[in-house]
Amino acid sequence: MTDALKSKIAEVFDEPACGHNVAKTDQQRKKGCSKALTPGAAAGGCAFDGAMIALQPIVDVAHLIHAPLACWGNGWDNRGAASSGSELYRSGFTTDLTELDIVMGHGEKKLFRAIREVIEEHAPPAVFVYATCVTALVGDDIDAVCKAATEKFGTPCVPVNAPGFVGSKNLGNKLAGEALLDHVIGTVEPDFTTPYDINIIGDYNLSGELWQVKPLLDRLGIRILGAITGDARYRQVAMAHRAQLTMLVCSKALISLARKLDERYGIPFFEGSFYGITDTSQALRTMCRMLVERGADAGLLDRCEMLITEEEAKVWAELALLRPRVAGRKVLLYTGGHKSWSVVSALQELGMEVVGTSVRKATEEDKTRVVEIMGDDVHMFENMAPRDMYKLLREAGADVLMSGGRSQFVALKARVPWVDVNQEKHEPYAGYTGMIDLVRAIDRAVNNPMWEELRSDAPWDSPLTEGCVLPAPRGSCPVTNIPAGFARPVTLVPPMPPQGHARAAAAAPAEGLAAIISSATDFEDC
Amino acid sequence: MARLTHPRHALSTNPLKSSAPLGAALAYLGIEKSIPLFHGSQGCTAFAMVHLVRHFKEAVPLQTTAMNEVSTILGGAEQIEEAIGNLRKKSAPRFIGIASTALTETRGEDVPGELREILARRRDFDDTRIVYASTPDFDGALQDGWAKAVEAIVEALVARVTERDPDLRQVTLLCGSHLTPAEIEELVRMIRAFGLLPLVLPDISSSLDGHVSDDWSGTSLGGTPVERIADAARSACTLVIGEQMRGAAKRIEDRALVPYQVFPSVTGLKAVDSFVRALMVLSGSQEPPPSIRRDRARLIDAALDAHFHIGGLRVAIGADPDLMFALSTALVSMGAEIVTAVTTSPHSPVIERMPCDEVILGDLGDFEHSARETGAQILLTHSHGRHAAHSLDLPLVRVGFPIFDRIGAQDICRVGYRGTRAFLYEIANTVQAQHHRSRPEDFGAAPIAEEFNHVPHAALN
Repeated sequence: MTDALKSKIAEVFDEPACGHNVAKTDQQRKKGCSKALTPGAAAGGCAFDGAMIALQPIVDVAHLIHAPLACWGNGWDNRGAASSGSELYRSGFTTDLTELDIVMGHGEKKLFRAIREVIEEHAPPAVFVYATCVTALVGDDIDAVCKAATEKFGTPCVPVNAPGFVGSKNLGNKLAGEALLDHVIGTVEPDFTTPYDINIIGDYNLSGELWQVKPLLDRLGIRILGAITGDARYRQVAMAHRAQLTMLVCSKALISLARKLDERYGIPFFEGSFYGITDTSQALRTMCRMLVERGADAGLLDRCEMLITEEEAKVWAELALLRPRVAGRKVLLYTGGHKSWSVVSALQELGMEVVGTSVRKATEEDKTRVVEIMGDDVHMFENMAPRDMYKLLREAGADVLMSGGRSQFVALKARVPWVDVNQEKHEPYAGYTGMIDLVRAIDRAVNNPMWEELRSDAPWDSPLTEGCVLPAPRGSCPVTNIPAGFARPVTLVPPMPPQGHARAAAAAPAEGLAAIISSATDFEDC
Repeated sequence: MARLTHPRHALSTNPLKSSAPLGAALAYLGIEKSIPLFHGSQGCTAFAMVHLVRHFKEAVPLQTTAMNEVSTILGGAEQIEEAIGNLRKKSAPRFIGIASTALTETRGEDVPGELREILARRRDFDDTRIVYASTPDFDGALQDGWAKAVEAIVEALVARVTERDPDLRQVTLLCGSHLTPAEIEELVRMIRAFGLLPLVLPDISSSLDGHVSDDWSGTSLGGTPVERIADAARSACTLVIGEQMRGAAKRIEDRALVPYQVFPSVTGLKAVDSFVRALMVLSGSQEPPPSIRRDRARLIDAALDAHFHIGGLRVAIGADPDLMFALSTALVSMGAEIVTAVTTSPHSPVIERMPCDEVILGDLGDFEHSARETGAQILLTHSHGRHAAHSLDLPLVRVGFPIFDRIGAQDICRVGYRGTRAFLYEIANTVQAQHHRSRPEDFGAAPIAEEFNHVPHAALN
């Protein structure tokens, strides 16, 4: 790790605007906020992954990963950040380093050539170049290559120094923010500005979530100038320094970016969320109040209140129709952070019972909110081992699991409905309309008649009560041609005892039965 | 649950059904060394044959009594006799199945009587079994013609007995017209896995499965051997696939005292479960064969993966009653909704058991119209549905007969645990293939301002 990267990491970890960090002692603070990973018991992405999550949604940029194939060959095209324009961000560009490249130190040259080729082929507004473990280890200087390429080709080349081994996804997010601050923000001036220009940081427009909120902003006349980085154009990110206000969407990771925008360009920020009805209204209120404080027309506040009243009435009316379909269902939430509580109140208002919510990655403040909403902390848990979760679900402790993709199969294999609420999901659940979509998704999941069928007994789980006398199989196996003649000439199949548990009865080897079933009669498997 | 409606229009637009004689011909082709013979004008046969050839991509032996104006008016007995004689000379079939057409039925001939007279007189026809079914084009659809032909085969070839002499390892598999060759094979595989010996009637899985034989033949290339049909009397049970075959099963019971069990569907977990349960009872096996157990576990996993795509899916289906019922119930059990159901024949008890409010007795015009009105998301019908798919811009899953713009129709299997699994994947993948990338407009959002967009040429300046 270079000294520059080392000091950058130390810097992003010491975040004065972060409640976590401020509460720490000096000694704790020095250690930074990443926990050491446990070999053999770690899950989740690396810093490079985190940087890609934060930056890849910039849609018209070529994202070039300087690495052997594993990083991007295995990782590209797997996220649902939606674009209303260019599709270039979906292409997987990588230098695909070979053994020879690494041993001979050809990495930097190959990177430079790759930058030239991608610019010639696609003419992007910028190329983002990502360092990874191997290229950081061998010491490829992507800063220098980017500098040279920018000068040579006239297209901005942005080095993103977040090799995987430096830490977690969260750290990668932060380092991505730093790259934007150092190389992008402030490099383009907008044609015009208005008192209604805002930045939104930390929303990646997954499945179009930003667009669920945008109509509300459109109606209030608020313009998203700096999108970091949902459905963003490169120029938008570069103009972010001219906004009036920054909204930080459920993200502690990019708080230093928001704070530095405030320090450098005097753009105040607030933290808000578009998940859940109350939160959406709250975010709109805060946004409008702060814009008015910054010089927008005071009438904005009234318009905002009118909009909220109207939209809330509309969404509750629609939800009332869905209420009977979901009321009384028990939900297990396994997400973490802000979502530990932001969806809970809405689900409770629909008559659903939240039997547990995970508070992974949640702040103290988040945890307080959970207790506030749920009355106590008995439903709050950190992590749950897959085996325990399977048991809980299998024993019908919950009717539906709402979580991310990693725990999906725990629910499915327990034959319990699952609703995706994390980043890989295919449906947007933001703003007012998103809440309706979420409840529809829950309805569709829990009320699918399939579950009952899948949970019902197999035909062989109940004992045969009919006894019958069968002659031995005749002919020969159609697969092996082995004649079936070696079996007993006549076999009496006694009826199973009707009492006793079906499964136990089936498992207990009945002598006469087992003898014919697995040998002579089962032609298909012989 | 469902109510059958008859749209009140005189004009039929884009027919959904294929005619009853064609169904009869198809059933006759499931008999070994057979030739179906249409009693009608030669056009009836030509259209039907082209229809069959386009679907199976096989040479189909199908002949006609070639009725002309004079013979139509004076009666066609001579034409029948001559046709049989010529067919025997040319191809030496073991079996000739005659199906009447609208033409001869409108005139009203007593073919059974005349046939009896011909056969009594022509003892040289003795080594060819000749069966006649009355299948006027103007009544019912393909599946009705098929059912009538099988009933006629049973009447002619299963002898009456007064005492039962059962072979308890043998079961008769009475196949409906909606089963493809691959589907019959799958059911046979399941029956065999339980150590039972299936007698398939009619068996198109060996005649129309698409294979190259060693020699040219003017008859069917496989099928139920004629002399085996009488053995249906000795089966432990008749397993009936599709309500359309209930009549034939009843006839076997009347004649040979063989009990029967009807399976309206063998697609979908519960439907296959009951088929498997029947096999367990017949074979006296409490433990299923390992392959069956494993296939069920795999179907459950497939259902889990597929329900994300099938749950809430709005389906329009157009097919003969039994096929419509089997596929619809399987999809509804996965959370789909049947918003349009169009069928071809009113003669089926499964229509009112359909999991939807309304079943239209109609054509593909009704199908397209209704699918548009109800906001269907996927179409299930035969190849002619491609016009509706095109004008509605919806994906089409080809089911039923005919499928002429895809090859391998005979290999499609949607029955049993395996076939259901394939069917769920097929539907889920068709849904996923319609990749929808959401746009800001979908949510009522204004587009992004032009000024933010990168203009490559400007950037070069």
